[in-house]
Amino acid sequence: MDVILSLIIFLPLIGAIMLLFVPRESINTHRGVALVSSLMALVASLVLWGHFNPATDAFQFQEFTEWFQIGTVKIHYFLGVDGISLFLVILTTFITPLAILGSWAIRKHVREYMIFMLVLETGILGVFLSLDLVLFYLFWEIMLIPMYFLIGVWGSKNRVYAAVKFFIYTMAGSLLMLVGILTLFYLHAEQTGIQTFSFLQLRDALAAGELVLPHQAELLLFLAFGLAFAIKVPLFPFHTWLPDAHVEAPTAGSVILAGVLLKMGTYGLLRFCLPLFPNASVELAPWVCTLAIVGIIYGALVAMVQPDVKKLVAYSSVSHLGYVVLGIFAFNLIGAQGATYQMLNHGLSTGALFLLVGMIYDRRHTRLIADFGGLAHRMPVFATFFMIITLSSIGLPGLNGFVGEILILQGAFLDNILYGVLAASGMILSAVYMLWMYQRVFLGKIRHAENEALTDLDLREKLILTPIVIMVVWMGIYSSTFLRPMDRSLDRALAGVQAVRAEDTVLEIREARLEQPIPAHRTEAVPQND
Amino acid sequence: MKELLIWIPALPFIGFLLNGIFGRRIPKKLVHWIACLTTGVSFLLAGIVFFRFIGQPATEFSFQYFTWIQSGAFRAEFGLLLDPLSMVMALVVCGVGFLIHIYSIGYMWHEGGYYRFFAYMNLFMASMLMLVLADNFLLMFVGWEGVGLCSYLLIGFYFEKKSASDAGKKAFIVNRIGDFGFVLGILLIFLNFNALGFPEVFAQVAELPVEAGYGLLTAIGLLLFVGATGKSAQIPLYVWLPDAMEGPTPVSALIHAATMVTAGVYMVTRTYPIYTRAPEALFWVALVGSVTALFAATIGIFQRDIKRVLAYSTVSQLGYMFTALGVMAFSAGIFHLMTHAFFKALLFLGSGSVILALHHEQDMQNMGGLRKYLPVTCWTMWFGTLAIAGVPLFSGFFSKDDILWQAFAAPVPHHLIFYILGTVAALITAFYMFRLMILTFHGRTRYPADKLDHVHESPRTMTTVLSVLALLSLVGGYVGLPAWLGPNVFKHFLDPVFKYLPSEQQAAAAHHHSINQELMVTGIAIAVALLGIIVAWVLYQRRHVTPENESSLGWLHRLIYNKYYVDEIYDATVIHPIQRTSESFLWKVFDVGIIDGIVNGYATLSRALGIFTAQLQNGLLRSYLGWVVVGSLFFVIFILFFWSA
Repeated sequence: MDVILSLIIFLPLIGAIMLLFVPRESINTHRGVALVSSLMALVASLVLWGHFNPATDAFQFQEFTEWFQIGTVKIHYFLGVDGISLFLVILTTFITPLAILGSWAIRKHVREYMIFMLVLETGILGVFLSLDLVLFYLFWEIMLIPMYFLIGVWGSKNRVYAAVKFFIYTMAGSLLMLVGILTLFYLHAEQTGIQTFSFLQLRDALAAGELVLPHQAELLLFLAFGLAFAIKVPLFPFHTWLPDAHVEAPTAGSVILAGVLLKMGTYGLLRFCLPLFPNASVELAPWVCTLAIVGIIYGALVAMVQPDVKKLVAYSSVSHLGYVVLGIFAFNLIGAQGATYQMLNHGLSTGALFLLVGMIYDRRHTRLIADFGGLAHRMPVFATFFMIITLSSIGLPGLNGFVGEILILQGAFLDNILYGVLAASGMILSAVYMLWMYQRVFLGKIRHAENEALTDLDLREKLILTPIVIMVVWMGIYSSTFLRPMDRSLDRALAGVQAVRAEDTVLEIREARLEQPIPAHRTEAVPQND
Repeated sequence: MKELLIWIPALPFIGFLLNGIFGRRIPKKLVHWIACLTTGVSFLLAGIVFFRFIGQPATEFSFQYFTWIQSGAFRAEFGLLLDPLSMVMALVVCGVGFLIHIYSIGYMWHEGGYYRFFAYMNLFMASMLMLVLADNFLLMFVGWEGVGLCSYLLIGFYFEKKSASDAGKKAFIVNRIGDFGFVLGILLIFLNFNALGFPEVFAQVAELPVEAGYGLLTAIGLLLFVGATGKSAQIPLYVWLPDAMEGPTPVSALIHAATMVTAGVYMVTRTYPIYTRAPEALFWVALVGSVTALFAATIGIFQRDIKRVLAYSTVSQLGYMFTALGVMAFSAGIFHLMTHAFFKALLFLGSGSVILALHHEQDMQNMGGLRKYLPVTCWTMWFGTLAIAGVPLFSGFFSKDDILWQAFAAPVPHHLIFYILGTVAALITAFYMFRLMILTFHGRTRYPADKLDHVHESPRTMTTVLSVLALLSLVGGYVGLPAWLGPNVFKHFLDPVFKYLPSEQQAAAAHHHSINQELMVTGIAIAVALLGIIVAWVLYQRRHVTPENESSLGWLHRLIYNKYYVDEIYDATVIHPIQRTSESFLWKVFDVGIIDGIVNGYATLSRALGIFTAQLQNGLLRSYLGWVVVGSLFFVIFILFFWSA
């Protein structure tokens, strides 16, 4: 169990390396190797879950070795998992094999395609498991490359534009993060004399007061990290790369992109921004929450009028991820737990939606809603799966989406009633855009002759969707399986911001008290809040 | 009892899974056996639980099965609550549901998607039973949205019809608007009481005084009531219910008359500790209820589609129930809920029998004189009509009379307004129901003569169900006799539920009114019913007015026939503006133009900069020299003017 995290991260990469030695022609071997190695990563991550101890907030299964040295600065290979990253890892290892299985329609350069898929998985897993900031940054950037090629080579008509936009946009954000990481490093080295990129050491130094960030610096650092994450989420108004990337990406690209990649942004906010920059988080929370709420409503409204199913789902992601960000910045356990749950939900339901859209695209080579209609006649099984996922996506109680949504709303409500009310209106809008789309695609009479000959799902396709539906129902009915292991880690992640909040309240009370009796001493008596 | 109770909703759910997964591959007979057997056994279990329940001294049992959602203090158990209220609801739902399942065998036999129909119906039963048995707000919401989903699926059952899928979507979305309020209510409850379970929340609410003016409880009450107006089709969210008639008729009977639409009534009754302490909220419940009762009744007058008349009638009758709740006559509201379930299910199923016989003809213009062809349907529907019209001795008479009397005598302000609205609505109800019956079964036959040969009575399974419901419509009211006639067993049974009534109100309720007053109210009720009946009889039986002649009333007819243009108003003021703004501004201008424009603008800018600087490297020595000079000059100027410090 000592190296299980490395095993999980690198199993897909090993598969990718093996693929290099498989002859170019044997497509089925490429598929098989990719599928098996991603399934092995899944098994390894389930083993991890089995051995995971939910009773502690510490990072478990830590791996720590010196990796390389630049001058006196040591970079460490430092991994660890806690209740937040555990399920994101499992989500990644769960979705990737399904995405690979959903890529049978790829016939061009299958070997390279599969290699990129596996490298992508390694990159994402690395992001979720790294505890050294440089290592984290490396994985964060590595993952861009396979994604860039997946969109740029196997995408549809406008793929190059979308791939470049995706790459540069997210790159711009992450460069700021790199500056942030280095600044943090130097501030820490300056104040404590210890050179480290370890997230844990930095966090604990901040908590213990050994490292004190000047107010202005903390705000800038928060923005540097936060912008990188906000672009990845994507938080309104940094979302415009998403619809382009989704529309152009091949099915599996969209599945991974929506299912897992976007969560790297929200994960980053929860993992790094809140614990490292609690004062800035609290100070800027109203802005972040406002953007999140605008995203929820705006994303839903724009999704409603999209003529392309994939674009519709892309904009719906903006809306859903708005909920996640809102939950995180509610700064209470209920909201954060809802947000983490919603990351998993969104991964499942939106991943499934892109898989479903891919299945119909493989048959009809169009994604325009207007080209469909009445598909339920020819494809009843497909229509049923689509309905279940639609219901999961709009948060029908009893399915997974509801659990996340209600917790986020309650969390937001506890923080600020207005946030909760505004965000809850997204509940109505999501029903509008999803059901309207469903109606136009599946119901009514068949209006296009091409749709008459459609065949329903085959065994492979059912095999892809069934595990997702099982998870959707399980997570909707028995949420404790997933919520309990998160508890302690989330408490820990929120400790910083909650302390700041509590301090603010104390200050407010003190100020209020001081204001009353003797105004003469007020200026000296009021503690400076920087 | 714990183990027994869970099976009541679980059995139909198993039926849903079986038919949903295997339904396509098994024979049709097996499909309806699965569906009917699961609901039937579930009804049987409800009966057994009932008898065990009345044998117990305790009147409230809360059973916990497992934790559904928990995060910090936010905890929702999967738990069921058994008390007289949920018992009554479970019995009504199971009983009427079972009968309608049986009826559906005959009605749906020749339709495609037989298994789909029964799978959805079973899912509906499971959800509805969850709704009424849940012991906390969140679990109740599962059932609440679950029944909404089934309603959506079943309204759109004939999904190749655009009107059907439109109606389904409309139902779901309008309900979601209501649910928005419901969810906010739940969130507010947790925010203030730190609990979601009914017993926990109500015990805390019971400690609070009756609120003067608007406060927390009023806010919660109003928000929950928004949910109720959606599900129970009250103003302003009633618009989905008439369209819901696109669904197969058994669906209209089960979901859109007898059970689902009464969920709001049940919910308000269940949360009475909140409402009774929030008089302002209660006032709105009564006002919306009584105005809806009258408003919907007027629309019913001129509808031509037999099912639409019944739909508006349902909206109107639900309004009565809310009026009862609004004047704190909770058991009267639930009593009417029960009798209404009997007679309205009967009327819908009867209309279904007519529609089936006439090969899906629903326009009453093409009916008339069908008595001869559909004798059983005709007489059973007369039972339902007499019941809803409030003719003495029929069930509806007792329940409606109870509501009117309670409204008359209620210890709440403005109660006479509610009483008058309700009484006028009773007049119109009697009128439109007799109009419906005469236009359908009596007078001249307007159905094409050449097709009359094919008109015959429905199969035995259907007529048996009609007869059972007719019997219930007759005798169902005797459990709730008025004070001057005998004991009110129903109220007595429900009384333990209302242990948290504020003391002021208990005192007010104990205040006795004279029997004479009560008799007077009853007399007026009978008189208005008779008046409505006589007018309808004169017009439609004696003068042979048909729906087509009615249009001679001109604008008034047009206004009412077009349902006061409410749908059109909603379209023009809400739906179209949102859609148009989203499409032509938010998406095409704001998102693509401005936000993405800025993003791409950066890209273009840096490219232009790149091209510009690339052009500097043109290999011409002369040009390089020029730039060197420019650069040097720049530095010199900079040092001279800005380097002073």
